[in-house]
Parts: sequence; structure tokens; C-alpha cells
Amino acid sequence: MNLDQALPVFIEEGRALLQEMEEGLLGLEQTPDDPDILNAIFRAAHTIKGSAGLFGLDGIVSFTHVVENVLDRMRAGEILTQPDLTNLLLQSCDEISVLIDAAAAGSESDVDPTSNGVGLLHRLRAYLETSDASSDAGHLPAKAPPPVEVCGEAAVSGDCWRIVVDFGENVLRNGFDPASFIRYLCNLGEIVHLATKTERLPPAELMDPESCYLGFEIDFRSAADKQTIENVFEFVREDCHIRITPPPAFAEVAIERIEALKAEADKVGEILIEADAVTPREIEEALALQNEIDARTQRHPPMGEILVQEGMLQQPVVEAALEKQKKIRDAKIGESRFIRVDSGKLDQLINQVGELVIAGATASLLAQRTNDSELQEALSTILRLVEEVRGGALQLRMVQIGETFNRFNRIVRDVSKELGKDIELQISGAETELDKTVVEKIGDPLTHLVRNAIDHGIESTDRRVAAGKPAKGTVRLNAYHESSSIVIEVTDDGGGLNRDKILSKAIERGLVNAGQNLSEQEIYNLIFEPGFSTADTISNLSGRGVGMDVVRRNIEALRGMVEINSRQGQGSTVRIRLPLTLAIIDGFLVSVAGCSYVIPLEVVSECVELDEREQRHGCYVNLRGEVLPILNLREHFKIHGQTSRRQNIVVTHFGGQKAGLLVDELMGEFQTVIKPLGKLFGKVRGVSGFTILGSGEVALILDVLSLIQYAAGLEAQKAA
Amino acid sequence: MAIEFTEDGGALRLSGELTIYHAAEIKQPLLTMLQSGNELEIDLSGISEIDTAGFQLLMLAKRETDRTGGNLRLTSHSPAVLELIELYNLAGFFGDPLVITAAHGAGGRSS
Repeated sequence: MNLDQALPVFIEEGRALLQEMEEGLLGLEQTPDDPDILNAIFRAAHTIKGSAGLFGLDGIVSFTHVVENVLDRMRAGEILTQPDLTNLLLQSCDEISVLIDAAAAGSESDVDPTSNGVGLLHRLRAYLETSDASSDAGHLPAKAPPPVEVCGEAAVSGDCWRIVVDFGENVLRNGFDPASFIRYLCNLGEIVHLATKTERLPPAELMDPESCYLGFEIDFRSAADKQTIENVFEFVREDCHIRITPPPAFAEVAIERIEALKAEADKVGEILIEADAVTPREIEEALALQNEIDARTQRHPPMGEILVQEGMLQQPVVEAALEKQKKIRDAKIGESRFIRVDSGKLDQLINQVGELVIAGATASLLAQRTNDSELQEALSTILRLVEEVRGGALQLRMVQIGETFNRFNRIVRDVSKELGKDIELQISGAETELDKTVVEKIGDPLTHLVRNAIDHGIESTDRRVAAGKPAKGTVRLNAYHESSSIVIEVTDDGGGLNRDKILSKAIERGLVNAGQNLSEQEIYNLIFEPGFSTADTISNLSGRGVGMDVVRRNIEALRGMVEINSRQGQGSTVRIRLPLTLAIIDGFLVSVAGCSYVIPLEVVSECVELDEREQRHGCYVNLRGEVLPILNLREHFKIHGQTSRRQNIVVTHFGGQKAGLLVDELMGEFQTVIKPLGKLFGKVRGVSGFTILGSGEVALILDVLSLIQYAAGLEAQKAA
Repeated sequence: MAIEFTEDGGALRLSGELTIYHAAEIKQPLLTMLQSGNELEIDLSGISEIDTAGFQLLMLAKRETDRTGGNLRLTSHSPAVLELIELYNLAGFFGDPLVITAAHGAGGRSS
């Protein structure tokens, strides 16, 4: 393998691992000394060190080595987690990140720790020394011997299955006799011991002679597997409570089988079933129990725990399955982590798929002109496949926003510490997907907004308590899809915006006139105007008046929009709305005087015919008692040509508003490729791109939101 | 023969099919009989067939007499009864001496 080519892979992987370490360390602050988290952090550090060694990045190796040593001692319980230490380790992560960046940027293969790094090393070593002094563990931490496990119940003799079966009351009535099942069991092996449980036999007067009250505990020696034994009771399974605990010797076999398993399944239950350690019925029962416990106690016990508790399985088998599960999951993550594709190739693919869609549309148009139904049928199959390919290709570019959100855990933690505030970050909608290019560009504006929320939004703890609010402030990140956009919200439960202060500042800065009549909403959104800041003191973090306008500019550059809602004393919400500007959209084709336009299908809610009598009313129509503003595309685009006799309104919705577009002809759904407009048309509002129709004609793709805003603006100017 | 419950000069005798089909009809007479004295003996030699439902009745009878301080002895177990007692490992529960060889041989059937 050519190492130079592999270096970028290391860099990227290193960053991902650092992210993992950071998340782990933050998690450690919540649950100190959690062995799983500690292990994960250690593994990440270990892998970074190992890979760095491969590339001869000695600086990273020597630094990470010390970090790894400290982590190892923490794992062994020789150094206890404490806030200072996590802080130090977080800073060490930053240092490693700096080193990795240097390795990425520099041609030098070796990178030396910065002066900051030397200081960190010194402090890390201090921890190692104190732990050395306090324990005689030597170089390698002595591992505690694994706890001795008690397998199953003590009564089970070495090689016996323990079958506990309580027959249901209806068994006899249904024509079964427990005795016959036990006799049948003898065909499979030897009943070493059987005890009849009589305690369910009720008092004489309550006893129904036709009900069954017996249960049995059977020690059973057999070479049969669990499923076979369970099958003995198949006919009465519904009525019975059966527990089959495998013999200890079986556990070893099961563990071996689990380890040898080549399974895709990553659920503990599925692994156990595949290894024949449990039967599907047992898993079903355990799942039901799990749900029941969950509903009753709000605690979600792990599957393994239930299986052991119910005596279906021994602890070591469950542990083996858990280990396997981790391996399978790691392998899966590993797989996905290592498929890296040049984004250029991806763009090319999407472009080609786009051409394919156009070509498909042309072919379909031609096929419709012929009356060859077979051709049309074949073509429709092709078009369906093209659509699937298109979906798949686009999906390749989509990433979940969660990763971006998770980065803010650290920011919130650091910034709130710096400011002496206690703030929690809540994340929702992390699985919302959006285009990778958009994700990359949204990071900076989001950071700004989050910092702003912490700095200006959330009050100091004293003031929060005085206002009767919980001392701990909350910042919330949320994302969701709405029609053709993704909406990202940054919410804080702080003091909210001060309407009067904003207004007076805006007047002072000459942004608005004193007499101007503004809605609450408009006043709040003034903070996005250039050169606006109301913070009384300028802090290190924000408040220099170069914040929100930059945020707005960044977002508008992505063809998005940003607005803020606020309630005095209750907090504010900044809402960013971004289009899923992708290469291909589902559109609705309309025409005005022979010119074609594409309206994104997501914003179209219905189409109605324009009533002749309404035509004269100008910009509004009555839509079932609702006032619907109308934009006449013919007038807006100044198209000359004959007005068609019948006109239609396409009712569109966006961001909770509705508007109608007046067009001549409705031509139906149309899948289309967005071709960007050239630079020359960069300033054109209301059009987001163009496309080529199957017939070779050009159609403009309307950006309904900005189109309506633009039209409303013009209208307002005219009125003023 | 279904089920018969006879009292012959103080010796109780249960014979026939002690199964789910007759369990309901035998329960009450059995309980009534239990109240007739403290020292009871039931001859089971005539039981040609017994299932778990019937067996539960014997268990109930045993437990009831134990509860009231009486003593119930089951005697001359037929092979069918013996087989079930053995299968369920309940010889200790009843505490009666079992004549295994006789029961397993032809003799149990003839008596």
C-alpha cells in the first residue's frame, strides 16, 4: 500500500476517532468511571497511536502514548475520573487534533508537540506518577481476575438440562396429559431426577377436577438441543410456562458456536438464536418481558439480562453473544467508515443520472407519440429504474445532521464553563438528512447561533433563579424536513429578546424610522441587519456586532432564510430554513403563453381553475372562504402573448403560508434536473435554475418562496 | 366400567377409570368419604386407568386428610397407578408402601 495515498485516510479516521474520544470524555462527565466509555476512549487513543506509528508520525505517537497510559490506568481503576482530568484529556484531544492537522498540512512527516502540548504532557505525567506511587502495579496494571460466574441454578448437576414446566389449567381440558409429555421426554434422554410441584393445587372446595395444577422440575440428561427439547412441549406451549436451562457444558458449546458464527445480525437475540443457544419462542417471551418491564418501570433491561434472569441461558453465553454483537457492529462501522469516495465522482454520477432523466423524458415523449404499447411498457420500466437510481444517487450525498449537532456538545460545555453558566444541550432530529455540501456550510453559522444563545440568550444562574426558572439553562438543536426544505432550530430558554431595546437601537443606527410601524416579528429580525448588536458588554465570544448579519449572509448564500422568534422571559428560537438544493427535483410543469415553468412539487398543494368573475379582483381570490394572494406569472415575467381563455391557479404552500400562481396551462408532474443559472443571472430572484424538457425546450424552475417575497416587496414599493 | 366407589365392610375401594372424564363426578363423593373418619384406607387395585386429572384427586385427598390430622392410606396400587406415582416421583408424597414387583407383574392386575 502506498502510504502517501493512505495518509488522507489516516487523517480522516484520526479526526473521527478524536471525535469519538471527545464524545466519550463528555459522556464520562455524566457517568464517571463507566467501563464501556473508558474502553471506547482508550481504544480510540490506541488506534490513533497505532496508525500514526505506521506513518512515522512520531510526534503524535509519543504524545498519544502518554494519553493512552493515563487512560489505561483509568481503565484499571488506578486513576479515578475527576473533572480536572477529563478537562486535561479534552485538551489533549485538542492537541492531538492540532498535531493531526499539522500532519495533514505539512509535508514534514514528523510533527512535534506544540508548547501547549509539552505542558499537557507534563500534567499528564503527574497523574501517572501519583498513581505509580499509590499502587505497586508496576508497568502493566494488574487486571482483576474475572469474577467467578455461577451458572444456572446450583441444583443442576454438571451435564443435565434443567427443565421447569408449569402446566396451565386448561391442559387437561384440551385433551393433553402432562404425564404423556414426560413419558415422551424419556425418548430423548434420561430423566435423572424429577420433582412434582404441588403447591399450585388449591383448597379442596376451589379445586376444579378438570384443571391442571401440576408443575415439574426435571433434571434431564440428553444430547438433544434446546429446540428439540422445547418441541416436546409444542402442543401445550401456549398454556405452559416452560424454562429450559442448558447444562453448564452446553454453555461452552454455545460460546464456541457463537464465536464461530458468521452472522449479519447484530441483535443479541438473533445471534443467540442462530447459535442455537435459545429458541425463537424464548426470545419472543423475553422481548415481551422486556417491554413489560419497560412499561412498568421505565427501565429498558438488556435482553441478555432477562435471558439469564429467566434461567434460559447462562451469563457466559450472554457475554459471548454481547462480544460477538460488538464485533459485528464494529465490523459494520468499519466497513462504512472505509468506503470513501471522491466527491467529484459523486457529482459526476449525479450529473450523469440527471442527463439520464432528461433522456428518459425525451424517450417517453417519443414513445407516447407512437402507439406501440410494448415500447411504452418497456420504457415505463426503464423510467421507474431510472427513478430508483436517481433516488439512490441522491441518497449518497445525503448525510445526517446528527454528527454536526454532536460537535456542539463540546462547544456548549466549554463556553458555558467559561461564562460560569450551567447549560445543557438537547438535540433532536439528529437523523434528519440533508445534502453534504449544505452540512459543511451550515457549521459556522450554527456555531455562531449556539454561542450567541449561550452568551446572550441564557441569563446568569442568579438571574434565572430570581426569575423562578431552573438554574440549569437549556439550548436545543432541532432539525426536521418541511416541504422542500430542511428546518434547523436553535432554541434557548433564556431571557428572550428585548423588543424596545432592539427598536431603539435600530432607530439610533438609522435602520428604521422612528415612526415606522413594525410588527413584533419584524423588530426581532432587525438583529440580522448589518452592524447590529445589543449586548451591553462585549464579551470574548460574541457581541461585537458582526454576528447575526454574517449568519444571515451565510444562510442566504445557501438560498436559505433565517428568522427569529422570541418571548420575553421565555427564550428565543432561531429558525433556519434551507432548501434541499439538490441536482434533481420532482416538479410540476405549467405553461404561460407557451413558456414552460417548473414548480417544485413539494410546495404544490392543489390546482384550481380561475373563476372568470374573480379575474378582475386583482391580487386575491376567494378560495373556499379563504383569502388567497395571487401572483400572475404572465404579468410578473412580462410575457406578451395571448391570454388563454381558461386560466388556472396553482396553490402553493411554504413556511406556513399559502399563495396562488396564475398560469395558463397545467402540464402535470415532471421529474427534472436542476441546471444552475449562469453567473450573469446570479441576482435573479424567484428562479432557482432551469431545465431542459424532453422536447428540447428550456423551462425555468421557480423558487416559489423568494418569488412571492420578491413580488410582495415590489407591491409594497408600488404602494409606498 | 366407568368409575366405582364402593364401601365394603369399612374398606373403601376405588375402581375403574380414574381419568379426566370422570374426575368431576368422583371429586365430591371422595371428599365426603374423607369426612367419614380419621383412619382411611383406599384400595386402588381396581383402577384400570388413571391420568393426571385422576391423580390430582388422589393428591388432593391425601393433602386434605393430612390437613385435618387424619391418615389416608392407599393400598394395592394397580400397575397404572404405580406407573404414574413413579413417573411423578411422588411415592414420598403419599408415603404408602408400594409393592413394586407385584404391581409390575401380572399379580397386580388380578387382585
